[in-house]
Amino acid sequence: MQPALEIQNLQKTYASGHRALDGISLTVRQGDFFALLGKNGAGKSTVIGIVSSLVNKSGGTVKLFGQNIDENFAKAKSSLGIVPQEINFSIFETPFQIVVNQGGYFGIPRRTAMERAEQYLTQLKLWDKKDVVSGDLSGGMKRRLMIARALVHRPKLLILDEPTAGVDIEIRRSMWEFLKNINNDGTTIILTTHYLEEAESLCRNIAIIDEGVLIEDTSMRSLLKKLAHETYVLELKAPLKVRPEEIPGFLLLDPMTAEITIDKSVGISKLFETLESANIEVQSMRNKSNRLEQLFLELVENSRQQQIR
Amino acid sequence: MTFSVWWVAYYTILRKEVTRFMRIWQQTLIPPVVTTSLYFVIFGNLIGPRIGQMEGHRYMDFIVPGLILMSVITNSYANTSSSFFSAKFQKSIEELLVSPTPNWVILAGYVSGGVCRGILVGLIVTGVSLVFSKLTIHNMTVMMTVIVLTAVLFALAGFLNGMFARKFDDIAIVPTFILTPLTYLGGIFYSIKLLPDFWQLVSHFNPILYMINAFRYGFLGVSDIQLGWSYVIILAFTVALFRINLVLLYRGYGIRT
Repeated sequence: MQPALEIQNLQKTYASGHRALDGISLTVRQGDFFALLGKNGAGKSTVIGIVSSLVNKSGGTVKLFGQNIDENFAKAKSSLGIVPQEINFSIFETPFQIVVNQGGYFGIPRRTAMERAEQYLTQLKLWDKKDVVSGDLSGGMKRRLMIARALVHRPKLLILDEPTAGVDIEIRRSMWEFLKNINNDGTTIILTTHYLEEAESLCRNIAIIDEGVLIEDTSMRSLLKKLAHETYVLELKAPLKVRPEEIPGFLLLDPMTAEITIDKSVGISKLFETLESANIEVQSMRNKSNRLEQLFLELVENSRQQQIR
Repeated sequence: MTFSVWWVAYYTILRKEVTRFMRIWQQTLIPPVVTTSLYFVIFGNLIGPRIGQMEGHRYMDFIVPGLILMSVITNSYANTSSSFFSAKFQKSIEELLVSPTPNWVILAGYVSGGVCRGILVGLIVTGVSLVFSKLTIHNMTVMMTVIVLTAVLFALAGFLNGMFARKFDDIAIVPTFILTPLTYLGGIFYSIKLLPDFWQLVSHFNPILYMINAFRYGFLGVSDIQLGWSYVIILAFTVALFRINLVLLYRGYGIRT
């Protein structure tokens, strides 16, 4: 089976001389839910721009489902749906017009495009806004509109560049559910996000870019295994007034909530033994959700230190 | 891509363009009608009788074809320049750039939108002119081909302006400082035979002169220019502008990073 996306030695130097990508190679399997992470200016959006042909590359090759974008432009593009970071639709048109027209640009007959527009706008809870001037939509609605627009030609690969930026938690969760469903239906998804919790809960594989270089390309599971420390949030059975000095890495957030960071080699049994010996009873416990954030920062820092050496 | 897919994409762009200028009809369809009506009243009705005949025709009848073509020129130009620049400005042009639509279909769609607006305004102005003048048609084929080709040419020119424009001012500069003077000096209100020899010669470098005279020939059967030369000039500019626009689209000038 051909990979959904195959990037070889991708390079981009802007006219200003800024080298945005320095030989990135990346493969995304069909059906994958893939995270592309990096700090601001790392090169994520440049990669997406090149794949979607909004940015001209300086070197390298890009293949979508085996089709080289330079050689088989139309076929490659037909398989791709893009949800960009910035709003890029006419604010004077209605959501319905925007989605139907996008279908037309992909050669979808108008009647079919109208049916699909209704389907996706309904699924993304925008059908009641279908005839509103899109400039009047809220930020979250505009982002959902761009998802509906990207799906109207039923792409096999959907790339979302920070789709939930500035979106409230309720809408973000509903968007996650929607994306999970279309991924389960067979659409390959590549996601860039600043919410690392989002990448952790949605994506199976992950690549990290820093300063135009790929510094990590692995599965989410093996990446998280690299985490040397684990932080847990503890809900306590009884209030605790003073932080137990004898337990290293113990942080009292409030009398009923604590946070503890332990070396992964220590293990949970040992942790409970330690807590018990300090007469601390735990009601419930969960992983602190920003563990990927912690790892991400470690990896970027390591990569930079290696470059300095 | 098959022809049917191209056709759907072309039709979508055209429909979108027509919807756009019909939605803002107060800005796109009414102003040219008001302007040309004033020309008809002032130059045709008030001043015209004092001028007498021009090339054997009433002055009002003489200026009507030029004024119709002027409205076609300015509107086909304005439609593509403002619509394409607006799409660039709002980044909605990316909707097309990420799609498999070939560049020539994008160009054809925008140009057809400009032609539709130009011809529609031309028809409305023609309707208004009937209040002031009894229009006669000397050669329907010449009239129709010249109006369509001229609309195509100026829609292409407007598209080029839209591609180069970086800010809204840039799409006003060309019509104000180039298009309007060339149109006024292109023989709408006079025959170039009235000019001294030197200025007659200079006038021949104005491409709009060829269009207005050919169009006037379609109505009145009189022209300062040989009809064949008019077609050569119109077609040469059309082919050149089509080619330049296509190359710029291929290179992604101003629309791709």
